[in-house]
Amino acid sequence: MAAELKIVLQRVLIPVVMALVVGGIILLALGKDPLDYYGIVLQRSLLRSGGAQETVTRMAPLLLIAAGLIVAFRAGIWNLGGDGQFLLAAVASAALAPVLAADLPRALNLAVCMIVGALVGALWSVIPALLKARYGVNEIITTLMMSFLGTSLANVLIKLVLRDPDTTVPQTRSLGVDDRLPRLFGTTIHSGLVLAILAVILVHFMMTRTAFGLKLQVLGANRAAAVHAGLRVERLTIIAFALSAGFIGLAGAVEVLGVWGSVRADWNPALGLLVVPLVFLARFNGYAVIGITLFFSALTVGGESAARRVGVPQHYVLVLVALLLLFLALVEYRDQSRRKPSAAAT
Amino acid sequence: MRALFTEPFLVSLLFGAVTAGLPLLLAGLGEQISEKAGVLNIGLEGMMLIGAYTGFLATYRTGSFWFGFLAGGVGGMSAALIVLLLCIRKGLNQIVIGIAITVGAEGLTSLLHFVQFSRSYPRLAAAPIFAVPAFSRIPVLGRGLFSHNPLVYLSWALVGLLTWVFRSTYLGLSLEAAGNKPAALDAAGVDVVRTRSFAVLCTGFLAGLGGAYMANVGAGLFVPFMTGGAGVIGIVLAMLARGRPLWVLIGAALFGASLAMTTALQVAGIDVPTDVVQMLPFAVVMLVLVIFARHSMLPSALGTPYVRGGR
Amino acid sequence: MINATQAVQSTEAPRGFPIPVAALRRITKRFPGVVALDRVSLEFHAGEIHVLLGENGAGKSTLVSLLAGMQEPDEGEILIDGLPVSIDSPRHSMDLGIGAVFQRVSLVPSLTVIENLMLGGSWLRSLARGAALRRFDELSALLATRIDPDAPMSGLSLGEQQQVEIMRALWRDEKLLLLDEPTSMLTPQGVADLGRMMHRLKEKGVALILVTHKLLEAYEFGDRISVLRLGTVAGDIAPQRLQTMSEAERTETVIGLMFGAADPGAVPAQDHEDELAILLGGKLRRAGSVDRSKPAKLSARALVTMPDFAETPLHAVSFELWAGEVLGIAGVDGNGQKHLAEVLAGQRSLRQGRLELAGFDITRGRVPERRLRGIRYVTDDRLGEGTVGTFSVATNLVLKEIGASPFWRHGISDWPLIYQSAREQILRNDIRTPSELTPVGKLSGGNVQKVLLARELDAEANVAILNKPTYGLDLHNQRLALDRIVAAAARGVAVIVISTDLDELLEISDRVGVMFRGSLAGIVENDAAAGSKVRRLMTGSAAA
Repeated sequence: MAAELKIVLQRVLIPVVMALVVGGIILLALGKDPLDYYGIVLQRSLLRSGGAQETVTRMAPLLLIAAGLIVAFRAGIWNLGGDGQFLLAAVASAALAPVLAADLPRALNLAVCMIVGALVGALWSVIPALLKARYGVNEIITTLMMSFLGTSLANVLIKLVLRDPDTTVPQTRSLGVDDRLPRLFGTTIHSGLVLAILAVILVHFMMTRTAFGLKLQVLGANRAAAVHAGLRVERLTIIAFALSAGFIGLAGAVEVLGVWGSVRADWNPALGLLVVPLVFLARFNGYAVIGITLFFSALTVGGESAARRVGVPQHYVLVLVALLLLFLALVEYRDQSRRKPSAAAT
Repeated sequence: MRALFTEPFLVSLLFGAVTAGLPLLLAGLGEQISEKAGVLNIGLEGMMLIGAYTGFLATYRTGSFWFGFLAGGVGGMSAALIVLLLCIRKGLNQIVIGIAITVGAEGLTSLLHFVQFSRSYPRLAAAPIFAVPAFSRIPVLGRGLFSHNPLVYLSWALVGLLTWVFRSTYLGLSLEAAGNKPAALDAAGVDVVRTRSFAVLCTGFLAGLGGAYMANVGAGLFVPFMTGGAGVIGIVLAMLARGRPLWVLIGAALFGASLAMTTALQVAGIDVPTDVVQMLPFAVVMLVLVIFARHSMLPSALGTPYVRGGR
Repeated sequence: MINATQAVQSTEAPRGFPIPVAALRRITKRFPGVVALDRVSLEFHAGEIHVLLGENGAGKSTLVSLLAGMQEPDEGEILIDGLPVSIDSPRHSMDLGIGAVFQRVSLVPSLTVIENLMLGGSWLRSLARGAALRRFDELSALLATRIDPDAPMSGLSLGEQQQVEIMRALWRDEKLLLLDEPTSMLTPQGVADLGRMMHRLKEKGVALILVTHKLLEAYEFGDRISVLRLGTVAGDIAPQRLQTMSEAERTETVIGLMFGAADPGAVPAQDHEDELAILLGGKLRRAGSVDRSKPAKLSARALVTMPDFAETPLHAVSFELWAGEVLGIAGVDGNGQKHLAEVLAGQRSLRQGRLELAGFDITRGRVPERRLRGIRYVTDDRLGEGTVGTFSVATNLVLKEIGASPFWRHGISDWPLIYQSAREQILRNDIRTPSELTPVGKLSGGNVQKVLLARELDAEANVAILNKPTYGLDLHNQRLALDRIVAAAARGVAVIVISTDLDELLEISDRVGVMFRGSLAGIVENDAAAGSKVRRLMTGSAAA
């Protein structure tokens, strides 16, 4: 246990400190006080209850996307089209929820909308999935293009079809606050977070403890071996794609049903690509994903308020995120190259 | 609808297509060099953005567009240096580092822009235009295609140059080998790491150049996040073109035209949401892929670091 | 009986002129936990084929990689033409006039032959195709090869690819040619061609280093034989000495050096004989007694497959196979053997034809159904498709059972049970691995094959198809693999062994069939005349 703790400290704490130090030097160079900035980040993201709630709330979509990416990446599928899947699902559930709210009880409405979101996400992966499974067309190209298409299509739908006539800015009709995902224990955290954590744990369990998960892993590690072992490679590819995009779609639905209540035109949080490195650095481990996501979320929430206070642009936090990714990757590299000689000796 | 086919409309469409397509062309060609050598440069977007910033800064300070282009290229190369050091030399994950570069470039350029220009938002003077003698007097085409900044013609020439390099030079063979069977290149006495490093630096330079063109010629100013997915389109173009520079040119023209179309339609006073037009090239390409679905031949060692004697 | 040490000349002995093309002086190379080469001294002379003979792990490949510039020695020095050098890169090795041909083909499949040969020129220049073609013609004449310089590399046979490799190694008139196990992928014809090529080069004054673990090859091609064992030179037989020895004396000497230091008696008699049998080939013929009065276990009727790239499809292949029988499938590589194996395993679909297992139609069944009925397939591509290199030994042992009981219940994995079963298998099959959790890719080739054999030749096996079961293994593991196959047949498993090594097939088969251009050119009973009949069939001449 002590050894594990040490590894965690080395792998996480060292890169975090290095990223903060380098980021601090940049702030100093701009004539800002880094301690001031970091102090506000910490206070606003974790120490103040409002900020902490915001931090935790923001984890929900990140976790659901991460769950989807773990499934895909483990199966050797590069689903980089998360943004399109996310937005279309968000628009679909935003369009449906206010309409159904009139007729269905809240719980049923939310369940239906989330399922629809997941289905829409999955649907948007069908073409890349079929092209990959049948003809081996590289899915990086197809998912990226479907993502661009989906993002534009979401805007078209909002502007031309689903537009709420009562607003000046094009957006969908808003779902009443009382019809949204219930909040937890009187906080601003909505219950989608519970769903997201469950999803990540479920995926982790599926990948490590079930025959289906192992089949996906065989497919991802060695496609020829999957064929040799008699796995239904085409079917597995399509299912993995659908699951992956389904979770990402669910993330879109949860974000709308839990936080926003509607989708504005040109809204795109662009989380699809951002979560990719987080999942890698967690080595596809569900629990590690939860930890990394918490940190990432705190950094973005705190960074936004701190930026305003200290007088740097909001996007400065992206520099920190990039530094963190670089140092995490570097530390992992150093770990691996250290372990290699001993492994070779066995 | 007749309004669509007036001369000013067509000229502005063509002119706009070239202007909007050029960054895509340069970035796509750059990415193609990397992919040929087996490096997946997901950080292309970040390299463009850095190039846009440094290019703009240099031109703004010196007034020279050529100096700006050079600075843009060097800026892109400096971002490529990270890929070189971490991915090619140390073998770190190319996707993680690529995304880190893009995110970092977004943050850094926003920060620098905020510090320097957030109050003034300076604009550059119009970029110099070189009208190709004789050609520029052809109706419509002349003003649409042959009255551009000289960098445009150089980029077109680059398409031919790269085709020649890939097909008929030792460098072309080395790149192909680095992407498909690095061990063979090593056995032939060519350093794989050096070959890939060279490729990645070329990518960085071209992406940065594309970014600088976008800022200095296309927009005349720098704004944070201004590349808006152009790098991602560049990656897609390079992958679709499978090692053939001419295909990148065709793809860049298609995407450039759709971007230009949105402005041209507005000029013509036709009310079609820009999103619909922007979807067109992606829809066309997807349709082509669905109809002519077949294996996209990517280099077999794409994305994997080379270790001598490793499997 | 001849004492092995007597035959050995000291490598330090003065030889006078001429200066060796290359010389190693007390070279030591260590890897974590192993000393690959321990103070090795050797000399290589112009116009001489110098055989380096030794078991896997004796240090042969390390030695070659030092000369080729892939690695650098920890101690000692390398002399080229009498001058000490430090070879720090493949480029440097080439500049010193050393050409290397490695076991694994390292040519770019997406380029043509001539493009592969031009690889490595100065970047900024355009391709000098004319000059390259002239050099290509010169070398074609020298080596007596006929290859189309504009053919894509991926379209060549393994033998032709190796010829291109040799051309590349000689491209700049290299004076020292390294050949690392060059025959391991070749057909008998290919080996003969290679022998002729080596002879021509020797006449031209090239110094050749031939690395092999096959004794017969060493005799056939070698002017001088050095035996490596556990990283040291166990002995060296000079050309004069080699010529005067009888075959029995050579064998005795070399075997003594390879396995038992100076005292051949140190090797247990039984092992010794078995290894000798493999080294000399075809001496242990199995006396089969298959009861063919009963209905056949497996019957294939007019099997036809779809062509796909670089593989010959099947063209009306029919045969019957009885329980307890070993059917050898001989033939030059690439004549449809892979399709045959995959079709039988259920991994490739049939275009036409019918497969029956004990009278039951299994034509449509896929891998899981076939496996359930006891059909097993040991692929020749052990790391490519047979195993997942990054997965543990334990997982690889159940790779074809995923989801089946008892290791999975309702789709939930019972890892403790999987690990426990793996530990038992590891013990029973003598798989040398640190633990059941070790990634299979870290094991040696012989142990990977043991994992595959353990997975496929289990108690429920009915029919087993083995593709090149001894390919790339050292003598000891070849012996073990063949023993396990014979034991399975003795249990009543109907066995098909596909191999390009005819001696091996003649040793263990009841009948031998020959694949030629996707058809079964014929099946012959394994009697005294089988060898010559099969050889005739392999070249495509009329059926015996």
